[in-house]
Amino acid sequence: MALLDKINNPFFQEVGKIARFTARFFKEVSKPKQEWEEFINQCYWIGYKSLTLVGITAFIMGLVLTIQSRPTLVEFGAEALLPSMVSVSLVREIAPVITALICAGKIGSGIGAELGSMRVTEQIDAMEVSGTNPYKYLVVTRVLASTVMVPILSSIAIAISLYGGYLGTNLKGDVSWSLYWYQAFNALIYGDFIPSMIKTIFFGFAIGIVGCYKGYNSQKGTEGVGRSATTAVIVASLLVFILDLIAVQIADVLGLT
Amino acid sequence: METSKPIIQVDELNKSFGENHVLRDFSLSLFEGENLVILGKSGSGKSVLIKCIIRLIEPDSGKIFILDQDISLLDQDEMDLLRADVGFLFQSNALYDSMTVRQNLEFPLRRHWTKEEREEKAESAVKEALEDVGLSHTIDMMPVELSGGMRKRIALARTLILKPKVILYDEPTTGLDPITGREISELMNNIQKKYNTAAIIISHDMNCIRMTGNRVIMLIDGKNYAEGSFEDLLKNTDPKVRDFFEGL
Ligand SMILES: Nc1ncnc2c1ncn2[C@@H]1O[C@H](COP(=O)(O)OP(=O)(O)OP(=O)(O)O)[C@@H](O)[C@H]1O
Ligand SMILES: [Mg+2]
Repeated sequence: MALLDKINNPFFQEVGKIARFTARFFKEVSKPKQEWEEFINQCYWIGYKSLTLVGITAFIMGLVLTIQSRPTLVEFGAEALLPSMVSVSLVREIAPVITALICAGKIGSGIGAELGSMRVTEQIDAMEVSGTNPYKYLVVTRVLASTVMVPILSSIAIAISLYGGYLGTNLKGDVSWSLYWYQAFNALIYGDFIPSMIKTIFFGFAIGIVGCYKGYNSQKGTEGVGRSATTAVIVASLLVFILDLIAVQIADVLGLT
Repeated sequence: METSKPIIQVDELNKSFGENHVLRDFSLSLFEGENLVILGKSGSGKSVLIKCIIRLIEPDSGKIFILDQDISLLDQDEMDLLRADVGFLFQSNALYDSMTVRQNLEFPLRRHWTKEEREEKAESAVKEALEDVGLSHTIDMMPVELSGGMRKRIALARTLILKPKVILYDEPTTGLDPITGREISELMNNIQKKYNTAAIIISHDMNCIRMTGNRVIMLIDGKNYAEGSFEDLLKNTDPKVRDFFEGL
């Protein structure tokens, strides 16, 4: 990290600062006495705020993916493979990444704006003065909450998108409820679920850390709060893709593909 | 008064932000039961000074003693405990706007009182602090529902809840109309009488200074430039001091 500071480049300096902010998270989270009440609160808000949007988007993705895949499969005479193909791509890639992107937008900007405005109106300083560690109270709870909630939201998204896939299959074809699920799950192995779950944990963590970092270090003024919220979304979304790329590589090396 | 030990002592404090050298060897002493006013132009470093005292900003050099403890030697826990004795009224009030007035007032208790103490006494402590500022009826309101003067009073109630020995006021009457400003100044006097607190008051409101201040320090060029009673300073012939009073 000290090395990153010496390189006189704003990008690397920012990376160094985020790394230090993240290191502080692990330091504070390992100390005793967590703010459980605020953590539960945040879980509720994060889940509640994103659930509808995640649900609707997942449903549409499942439906659209099925409708669009059909002609190609028909061309190869492989129409029967439709449920299997759709389920693999939804579980492995589409549901987790779409959920993470929605959360990057909603949770990332929400946390960025909230902490940003608390910073510029000196509410964070007021917490410090009253003897409460604001990092622990605000940052640790939010990062933990988004690390827990993004995987849960992603699981819900998987379920809903598979249901969308079922409806999509039946728009033109005719696959019974039980056959659809049988085919969908038959194509899936633990090698699909587990990596998908693990990567959403990292997505959630990254979204929480970036939102908190941007908000907590917000510049003075209302303009600063807006900038914190937007950059939080941009950086978090970018990180989701980068982490996804890394996850694919790791899964590949471990022979999970 | 000068014979007693100071509650807060600041020795040769320096603080720069990049090229901007805000405080240069600034020193002051605050004694028991005293209201010390700090006067200075906007941007002269008054807020920076009291934020150094409460350790929200780390000074570059110099020593700060609160109740005989060198705050640079305290670890985080010890500093947090000491902060229970030092109330801080923010220039911007800094009320938690996602919480009700009651929750705002209870917030400082969570660190300094045990769970049992809070269950037993928090309610009455909140009520007493709200009575002190004359706003008992706002207990379940949100900060956005309050006027500027009311918010200032609630912020004051929040600093009172732990019964601090010293209160640091950052421009308590700025941005308020003269009548509300006078009410706040009266409140500050009442609090001083009731709890026998000492205070550092940052202000450029002449009415507030006249009503509350026992002694005035002028912060000019980052230094403790002149010191004395308000009347003494009005008679001071130094051009920089004159400049300040004529500018008002
Ligand atoms: N966190 C910071 N980073 C950089 N510069 C700062 C910071 N805080 C204060 N300053 C600078 O320090 C100087 C003093 O600021 P300060 O807020 O103490 O002024 P002030 O005397 O309280 O003014 P006012 O009466 O307007 O509140 C200003 O020039 C300001 O730009
Ligand atoms: Mg100020």
